[in-house]
This record gives sequence, structure tokens and C-alpha cells, in this order.
Amino acid sequence: MLLQSSASSYLPILIQGIMALAFVGITMVITHLVGPKRRTIDKLTPFESGISSVGNARSPFSIKYFLVAILFVLFDVEVIFMYPWAVNFRELGGKGMIEMFVFMGMLLLGFFYVIRKGALDWEK
Amino acid sequence: MDIALLIEKVILISVVLGISLVTAMYTTLAERKIAGFLQDRYGPNRAGPFGILQPLADGVKLFTKEEIIPREANRFLFVLGPSLAMLMACVGTAVIPWGEELEIGGRTVSLQIADVNIGILYIFGVVALGVYGIMIGGWASNNKYSLLSAIRAASQNISYEISLGLSLIALLMVTGTLSLGEIVEQQRGFNWNIWYQPLGFILFLTCSFAETNRNPFDLVECETELVGGYHTEYSSMKLGFFLFAEYINIFVASAVMSTLYFGGYNFPGMDALAQAGVSQNWITLIGVGAMFVKVLLFIFFFIWVRWTVPRFRYDQLMKLGWNIMIPLAIANIVITGVVIWLTGN
Repeated sequence: MLLQSSASSYLPILIQGIMALAFVGITMVITHLVGPKRRTIDKLTPFESGISSVGNARSPFSIKYFLVAILFVLFDVEVIFMYPWAVNFRELGGKGMIEMFVFMGMLLLGFFYVIRKGALDWEK
Repeated sequence: MDIALLIEKVILISVVLGISLVTAMYTTLAERKIAGFLQDRYGPNRAGPFGILQPLADGVKLFTKEEIIPREANRFLFVLGPSLAMLMACVGTAVIPWGEELEIGGRTVSLQIADVNIGILYIFGVVALGVYGIMIGGWASNNKYSLLSAIRAASQNISYEISLGLSLIALLMVTGTLSLGEIVEQQRGFNWNIWYQPLGFILFLTCSFAETNRNPFDLVECETELVGGYHTEYSSMKLGFFLFAEYINIFVASAVMSTLYFGGYNFPGMDALAQAGVSQNWITLIGVGAMFVKVLLFIFFFIWVRWTVPRFRYDQLMKLGWNIMIPLAIANIVITGVVIWLTGN
């Protein structure tokens, strides 16, 4: 790599983080102090299109969302593997490219298995 | 890091934060004005000439509204959600190069807050953390609409993050570096990456619409199904933060797209200007202007699409993300790899 980063080159990011945090914190405190406070039971009830709310909101939901999360973890790790390869693509040459294509072929096999199994079929 | 450099960085950070907040404020006005234009009506025109004070009026209104935390909500997480969304929107600008170097009184001032060699990974990380704000806020509200919306948001964002990462890999094969500063320098003049990565750019653009929860991917706050989405229970500036974070994210996404694919601060004819004897400071300033023109054009594009294209259905959204975007992104990597290898550069 041409550019070397030391710990001090990350310092401005930290400063920006602190400044953004201060902005968010101050705004939150001001809006808490400025607004009126007239609490009533109806106002503090969770909104359900004007009818009285039924049961707890934290009820079970479709398993598909969980499947998507699991598949994301699998595929995103593969994507992260490709970053160092992509940066050094020219140095690694044709051999590196074919090796990576084999890896991507296996990734695609898994991908097509997931699709054919209907893991992402929202209609079922 | 010496004290002069520290002061310089603090000033630069303040300017960048200020500009991103003001741009986001006026994007809200631009959105309503452009919506008005596209739908053949006026849009806001009461606060000041052409409604230019409207964002300020909205801000004051949000500040002075009552802050409501529902009885059954988790109070700590309810406040943390919008704060996190806003915080992540504000720190995303740290690695974007806004211009070349300026010479002020013998000092060379870099117009990039931090040129780290993992710039793209940093942006990727901030984008990934952004969904936590929506997820936490939606869950903490203890409202059925909010929870459904938060789950949709998480599911949608992680699905499109894979194609986002894959479309960037083809770009990294062309550039050979993760540093945004170096990527922009390589695109000097009119040698922009869009000419080498047209398919990659279209994939990246689609993913940034999905990541910022904009139409046609705004199922997160799909009014006909979910009332207000994840911010149904929010009021006062906490609601403001959620809405505002979305507009800052649009600004950051536009800046990232200009930097990666459209040459950032580079503009055609910059070398000719340098040869004609125009001083470097002027070229830098024109470059900053070029960067902002590109960013504003992208913001206009975001708004234009919102008022033109209808919303997807949820299964269509997931199908597009998984069955179309990911194979296309992998095909783009293979094509890029073979072309670079055959041309041997």
C-alpha cells in the first residue's frame, strides 16, 4: 500500500465523533427542557390507529426475517474476504484471479442452493 | 499532531458539520419545492421569500413540541435510537475529500478531515451502524407498527449491504486502494471511474437508495401500511432527528457517489487552468465548487426519483436485492477481473 496510516491520522475522526456527540446531546437536552409537559393517559398509550391498543407489541414475527439475518452474516463475511484480494488484484495476477473465481464459484453454489430451497421466497 | 494542525482540523470539522446540517435542512425545503413543481402546485411559499425560512420554522416548531415517551416504552433505548441515527449520520463525512490542498499563509491545508487508508471500510461501517438507530428506536417504542417497520428496515438494509459491498469490490480492483484521497487523485481531470464501472455505479446507486430508506425502497415508513413506521411514537426533536438523519444520509451518500465514481473535486480542464497560470488556491476552490455541484445534482436525483417512481412491494424488494443485485454484482466483478487481466494494466 502506498498510504500508511498511523494512529494519529484517526484522531480527526475521534474529534468529529466527539463534536457530533456534543451536538446530539445538547439538542436532546434543549428539546427536553423547551417543550411543554402535559401528560395524559391517552397520550402515553401506544398508538394503534385510534382504537385502544391490544396486547403487547413485542409479539412473534415471520421467521423469514431471521433467515435473512443469518444469510447476511454468511455472505457479508465472504464479501469482507474479497476486499484484500480486490486491493491487491494487479499484484496477484491471473493465478490469484482464478483462485478467487473458484472461491466465488463455491459461494454462488451456496447462493443458488439458498434460492432453490426457497429461503427467500416471501410468498410461502 | 501539533496544536496548529489540531485547530485547523477542528475548524474544518465544524465547517463540514455545519455544511452537512444546512444542506440537509435545505434538502427538506428542496424536496417540498420540487414535489410542488412536479405535481403542478406551489409548495411552501409563506415563510420568507420563496419559503426559504421554512426549514428554520420547522426546526423551531420541532423544538417547542411536547416530548412524549409512551408508558410501555423502554425509556433509555427510546432516547438512544434517534441519537444514534443522528450521530452516525454526522460522522460519515469524516473521510470524504472535499477538495485539493489550500495554501493559507504558507500553510498547506488539506480539505479532507482524515485521510486514512481504510476510508471505504470506515464509510461501510458507519452505514452499517446507522440501522441500529432505527432498529433500537422501533423496538423501544413498544408499538406494533414501529416494531414491524424496524424489522423491515434491518432486513432491507442488511440485504442491500451485500450488493453494496460486492459492487465496491469491482471498483477496488480498478483503483487498487481503499483510501478515498487516492481514489480521487487517480480520477484527475476527466478520468472518472464511471467510465470503467458503469454497471457497478448503477448497482451502488440502487443500494444507496435502499440504504437511505428512500423511495422506491421506503417500505420502512410506508404510510399506507405502517402509519409513521419506526417513528410513529416519536415527537419533538427526537422525531426531527430521525427525519433529519435521513437527509444527512442522502448528503453523505451523494458525496460518496461523487467521490467514488464521478471524480470528486476533479473537473475537466483543471490541468489546462494550471498551465494557464491560475494559482492552485483558485483551482482548489473551483474543485470544491465542482464537488458540491455533483453532490447537489445527486440530491436532486434522489428527490426526483421519490416523486416519480412508485413504491415496491416487500417481496419485490427482497427479490430485487437477493436474486438480481447479488448475481449482477458478482458478474460485474468477473467481467472487471477478466478485462483488467486481458488488457494487462
